Amino acid sequence: MLALALAAALAWLVGNVRQNLPRMGIEFGFDFLGQPAGFEIGENLIGYQPGQTIFRAYLAGMVNTIHVAALGIVLATMLALVLALARLSPNWLLSKLAWGYIELFRNTPLLLQLLFLHITFAQVLPAPRLAWSPLPGVFLSNRGLLLPAVLADPIHVWVAGGLAAGLAGAWLLQRWAAGRQAATGIRPRTGWATLLLVVGLPLAVFLAGGAPFALELPALRGFNFRGGHAMSPEFAAILFGLVFYSAAFMAETIRAGILGIRRGQIDAAQSLGLGRLLTLRLVVLPQAMRIIVPPLTSQYLSLTKSSSLAVAVGYPDLMRVYTVVTADTGRPIECIAVVVAVYLTLSLLTALAMNLYNRRIALVER
Amino acid sequence: MAAELAYPGAVRPSLPMRAGRWVWRNLFGTVANSVITLAILWLLVSLLPGVVRWLALDALWAPATSEQCLQGDGACWAFLQAKWRLILFGPYPYDEQWRPALAMALFFAMVVASCFPRTFRLAGRIRLLLAIWAAAVAAIAWLLGGGGGLAPVETRLWGGLPLTLILSVVGAFSAFWLAILLALGRRSAMPIVRAVSIGYIELIRGVPLIGLLFMAVVLFPLIVPPGVDVDKLARAQIAFILFFAAYMAEAIRGGLQAIPAGQYEAAASLGLGYWRTMGMIVLPQALRIVIPSLVNIFIGAFKDTSLVLIIAMFDLLGSANAAKSDSAWWGLYVEAYLFVATIYLVFCALMSAYSQRLERRLGAGRG
Repeated sequence: MLALALAAALAWLVGNVRQNLPRMGIEFGFDFLGQPAGFEIGENLIGYQPGQTIFRAYLAGMVNTIHVAALGIVLATMLALVLALARLSPNWLLSKLAWGYIELFRNTPLLLQLLFLHITFAQVLPAPRLAWSPLPGVFLSNRGLLLPAVLADPIHVWVAGGLAAGLAGAWLLQRWAAGRQAATGIRPRTGWATLLLVVGLPLAVFLAGGAPFALELPALRGFNFRGGHAMSPEFAAILFGLVFYSAAFMAETIRAGILGIRRGQIDAAQSLGLGRLLTLRLVVLPQAMRIIVPPLTSQYLSLTKSSSLAVAVGYPDLMRVYTVVTADTGRPIECIAVVVAVYLTLSLLTALAMNLYNRRIALVER
Repeated sequence: MAAELAYPGAVRPSLPMRAGRWVWRNLFGTVANSVITLAILWLLVSLLPGVVRWLALDALWAPATSEQCLQGDGACWAFLQAKWRLILFGPYPYDEQWRPALAMALFFAMVVASCFPRTFRLAGRIRLLLAIWAAAVAAIAWLLGGGGGLAPVETRLWGGLPLTLILSVVGAFSAFWLAILLALGRRSAMPIVRAVSIGYIELIRGVPLIGLLFMAVVLFPLIVPPGVDVDKLARAQIAFILFFAAYMAEAIRGGLQAIPAGQYEAAASLGLGYWRTMGMIVLPQALRIVIPSLVNIFIGAFKDTSLVLIIAMFDLLGSANAAKSDSAWWGLYVEAYLFVATIYLVFCALMSAYSQRLERRLGAGRG
C-alpha cells in the first residue's frame, strides 16, 4: 500500500518534470560532460585549462574541495586539541580565554565568519608592496598569504622513506615490548630506541645525503610576489574560516571525552604506579577516544560539507564549478546530480574510514 | 551557613585572604601556571586599550560621513545609525517596518511565556497555550503579509531578523513532525518503509545545505505541475524543512533506542496498537531524552538560515551584506558584521543556556 503510494508520488513528480523540460527548452543527458568548458578556474591542482572538458572542470573542483577539506580537518583537529587542553587547564585565565573563543565561534554563523575573513584578506590587508611580514619570508598582503617553499630535492624522498622505515621499526619494537611484557611481566625500556628510530634514522639519511635544504623565499617582482608557496585570499578565507569554526566544536567534543573519564580510573592507574604520561596514554586516552570518535566523525563530515560555502567567497570548489556549469549548459538536473553523487561518496567514504577506526577502539564486551 | 557546617569551629578567613588564596591557586600555583598567566595578562594589556579606543574613544557618531570614518581610527557607529533598520528588517518597506517590529515583539513575548510557564500561570494548561500560540501566529502572519486594513507586502520583500526567525522557527517546527515519522520509519519492521527512511536520511545528511538550497531554487519549478508557481521564500523554507528533518530524525532515533524493550512489551500486554504505543508510551519518554540535542539542532538551524544569502535572499546576514555594499558607505563592513554577530551570539547563547537549564531539570526528574 505504502509502496504504491510512494511509487505514485514519484511517477507524478517524474511526469511533471517530463512535461516541464520541453516547455522550458531543457534537454536531458550526461553527454554535456564531454563538451569543452569555456570558463577558467583560477587555482586548481590538476592543471585544468579553459577548453578542456566539463568533466575535467568538475574534477578540478572536486580536487579543490578535497584539498580544503583535508587540510581543514588536520588543522582544525590540532587547534581543537590545543583549545580543549587550554579549556581544561587549571589556569583560570587560560581556561576562560579558551571558553570565550569557543563561545564566540560556535555561536555565530560560519558564513558570517567566512565573509568577514574574505573581506579582511582581500580588501583590508595592504598591497604587495606594503605587505606585512610577521616573520622573515612570510608575507601577508591582499594577494594572500605567502610562505617560504622548501625546494624539492631527490634526497627528500629518501628522508621520507627513512621516516617510514623508522616508524615501522618503532611499531615492531612496541609489539616486541608488549610481547615481552605479556611473557615476563616486565616491559623492556624502549623510549630511547624508539626516539632513535623515528627521529635518528631520517636525520641520518638527511645528513648522509649532504643535507640539501634550500628555502625559496617569496620576493616582490613588480606588482606581485614571485616564488614561495602562495595561498590566495579566497583559499585562506575558506580554509581558516572552516578551521576556526570547526575547531570550536571539536574542542568541546574532545573536552567532553576527557571529562567523561571517571576520576576513579585515574586514581586506580596511579595506585598501580603508572606515571602521569603512562596514565594518559594507557588509561585516559583509549577510553576518551571511545567517547570522542563518533561525534568527531560527524564534525569531520560537516566540515567537508561546509567547505561548499567556498562558493560565497569565490574559491573554485565543486559547488562553485557547479554554479558556473549550470549557468553555462542549462542542465540543472544533471549538474546537481553530479554534485550530490560526489558529496555522498565523500561523506560515505569518510564515515566508513572513521567507523573502521571506531570498531578497532570500541569497547569489546564479552 | 554551609561553610560553618562543613568546617565546625573553623574561623572563616577574611575576604582578601580568600581572594588571595583563589588567585594563588588558580593563577600562580606552579611555575608553568605563572608563566601562562603573565603571558595572557601581557597580551590583554597590550590589546585591550586599542580595542576600547576603537569601540568607544575614537568612534565616530551620527553626523560623521563615510570619508571621515575611513580616515578616523575608530569604529564608525554613524554607519550603523544610518543602516540599523535596513539590517534588522531588510528590504521591508521603510514606513511599514513597525509591523515586523511588532510581530517580533509578539513572538518574543510568546517564547518567553512558553519557556517560563510557571511565571505566567500557564504550567499544565497546554490547550490554552496552544490556542494563544495559534492566535499569535495568525496575528504575526497578518502583520507581515498585510491585507485586511494593512497594505499588502510581498514575501520577497520580507527580510532581516524576521526572515531569519521565520525560516528557522517554521523550519524547525515543521521538520520536527517529519522527523518523528522518519525516526519511526527507520526503526519500522516494514522493509520498504525502513529502506525509504534510511535512504532519505542518509541522502540529505550526505549533501551540503547549500546544495539543497540550489536544488530548491533551480529544480523546484521543474517538479511541480506546469502553471503552479511557488515563491522563493516557500522554496527555501521547504528546503530547510527537508534538511533539518533528517538531522532531527537521527536525534529522535537516539531517544527511541534508549527506551527499554520492557516499555514496548508492557504497552503490548495492555493491548495497545502501534500508534498508541508510540504516541502514549514510547515517544513521550524518547522525546524528553532528546530535548537538549533538538535544541542544539535548532541553534545550528538558526545559524544555517544565513545561507539564504547565497540564493539572494535578505536575511539578517544578507541585509548586513547589502548595507555594506551601499556606495555611500563604501569600505565599511566591520561594524555591520559586528552588529549581526552580536545578535546571533546573544540568541544562540540564550538558547544554549536555556537548553542546559532544561537538561539539568529533566535529569533531576529522571533520577
